Amino acid sequence: MAGARRPLGVVMGAAVAVLIAAVVVGVVAGTAGLPPGRVLLEVVDRLTPGHLHSGLTERQQAIVWDLRMPRVVLAGLVGAMLSLAGASYQGVFRNPLVDPYLLGAAAGAGLGATVAIAYMRSARESWPIDPIVALGFLGAVAAVAVTYLVGTGAGARTSTSLVLAGVAVTSFATALQTYLQRQDDETRREVFSWILGRLNTATWGDVRLVAPYITVSVVVLLLHRRMLDVLRVGEDEADALGAGVAHIRLWVVGAATLGTAAAVSVSGLISFVGIIVPHTVRLLGGASYRRVLPLSLLGGAAFLIATDTFARTATGGDNIPIGVVTAFFGAPFFIVLMRTRAVAR
Amino acid sequence: MITRRRLSAFALTFLVVVAAACGDDAVSERDKRVNATTTSTSTTTTVPPPIGRPSRIVSLSPTATETLFAIGAGDQVVAVDSYSTYPPEAPITDLSAYEPNVEAITSYDPDLVITDGTNQQLLDQLNTLGIATLAAPAPKTLTGAFEQMETLGASTGNIAQAAALVVDLEAQVKGILDAFPDREGTLTYYYELDPTFFTASSKTFIGAVLGLLGMENIADEVDNSKTAGYPQLTPEFIVQANPDVIVLADTKFSLQTLETVSARPGWSEIRAVVEGNILELDDDIASRWGPRIVELLQVVAKAVQDIEPIVDDSLSS
Repeated sequence: MAGARRPLGVVMGAAVAVLIAAVVVGVVAGTAGLPPGRVLLEVVDRLTPGHLHSGLTERQQAIVWDLRMPRVVLAGLVGAMLSLAGASYQGVFRNPLVDPYLLGAAAGAGLGATVAIAYMRSARESWPIDPIVALGFLGAVAAVAVTYLVGTGAGARTSTSLVLAGVAVTSFATALQTYLQRQDDETRREVFSWILGRLNTATWGDVRLVAPYITVSVVVLLLHRRMLDVLRVGEDEADALGAGVAHIRLWVVGAATLGTAAAVSVSGLISFVGIIVPHTVRLLGGASYRRVLPLSLLGGAAFLIATDTFARTATGGDNIPIGVVTAFFGAPFFIVLMRTRAVAR
Repeated sequence: MITRRRLSAFALTFLVVVAAACGDDAVSERDKRVNATTTSTSTTTTVPPPIGRPSRIVSLSPTATETLFAIGAGDQVVAVDSYSTYPPEAPITDLSAYEPNVEAITSYDPDLVITDGTNQQLLDQLNTLGIATLAAPAPKTLTGAFEQMETLGASTGNIAQAAALVVDLEAQVKGILDAFPDREGTLTYYYELDPTFFTASSKTFIGAVLGLLGMENIADEVDNSKTAGYPQLTPEFIVQANPDVIVLADTKFSLQTLETVSARPGWSEIRAVVEGNILELDDDIASRWGPRIVELLQVVAKAVQDIEPIVDDSLSS
């Protein structure tokens, strides 16, 4: 593949540059029409100990620091996490069609969030964190745990039984969720709004809540990048080489689940990122997981920041559901890339 | 062979997950709201209501239920849907207006079924069974709401009471508007339907009612044919618009209050929050277009009459 010949440093440098560009555009762009220079000055002022005067009014400062920044940062964290988890899953299951929701994380989170929305409205005041976030997280972790227990029991050696268990758990959780959301009009509306992504309500509180889980997950997954390359030759071969496939699978699935659950619990189900970004990265930077994982991390962050910036600015003050935007831009871009690369090869 | 089987398992999972994740239903949800507001607001009926007084009415619309009881048709009503929570004497059942079960509806042996018209299929099914139906969809103006009350009167044999109710309500509205201070400038407001910032613009019934008080809806700027009266605002837009008043119609279901809104990051710079101009409406009253809409108008008028509009609020603020 063409991308594999480029030095890793160059490719990584380019990815970092793209991410920085996405962050800057994301912070500067907004319907309030604030002067870009002042906005950047304000951000620098907040991030550094010194004192700078951005010249923004208090309300404008609040827009930049309390509304735009946490949304950009959260989109970056979620995009990075979903892409990295998707790439890791694709490696550990040796299948390109896999996304981070394969083992039931999305359906479990959806079920948890729906229970919170339908039955725990009054708990929203007394709980230290929003029950939708808490139960969404627990639902995702629980669903994957069940999948894992069922799918790896009875001495199953390949990942097929695990994937099939994921299908069953996903269907079951989705069925329960669909049944519960019938509760009433309001519940249904809120569940749908959650399913299509809810970066619209992003706060620093959300960022603080998920950052630790995502950090742990990212570190563990990146440490396994070489193992995933060994797995590329085949499960039996990897076992023969002493790589301990079951062991790797447990760590990768565990870490990816933790991070995905955290991301999904605050952002809802943003589909597509976990498949499209790793593949784009592969086409541009080569198929080795030593490249795919870090590039997915950076590319995923940049992609979701960019698409969310579009979602909140394209139609004035009307927020377009993020899941709609990621698919709308991601799919055609990916198809074009796939075709041009195929021709080049 | 193993590879192929595994691959199809993956493909199946993929499909299930994608289907679960992409949420087609949410799109149709929006469409439904669009249809609810764009279809004609005049009432329609295919199988004509029985001549005279129907005596076994089933109401699947909380608004229609309130109106029926207000025009003296209460004793003709045999069942109302699970959301018809007012008045308390309405014969509430677990009939769902949302996912209606035709068989359950027919078990009440109705001679007239009234709905809000959002589910055309239900009306067709009932008509096929020879049951008279009346669709009473959300109007776009207060006049439209009053006309609907008269239609309900005519269809249930309570013409005089319905006319009297409308005369009374109109007088109350006139009284409220007459008492409302005549002043320079307009108050801007943000009307919150849920805590993810879905809102109702002036193109909706509720917007039309608040418009009677000369209030200006901040969502009008972004509302278009696609959002159809119900855009989802970004918080940046709301804070930048700096509304004078925030009206909460999500106090019951989502438990939003003056306190929760004031605690939202970044919102402390909004005039409505600074001055505490946050109205907590009853979700039910705020989402229905029955006789209690006058109560709503009264509550809002009272709350905002002492708030001075800022004349010449410069755009750069």
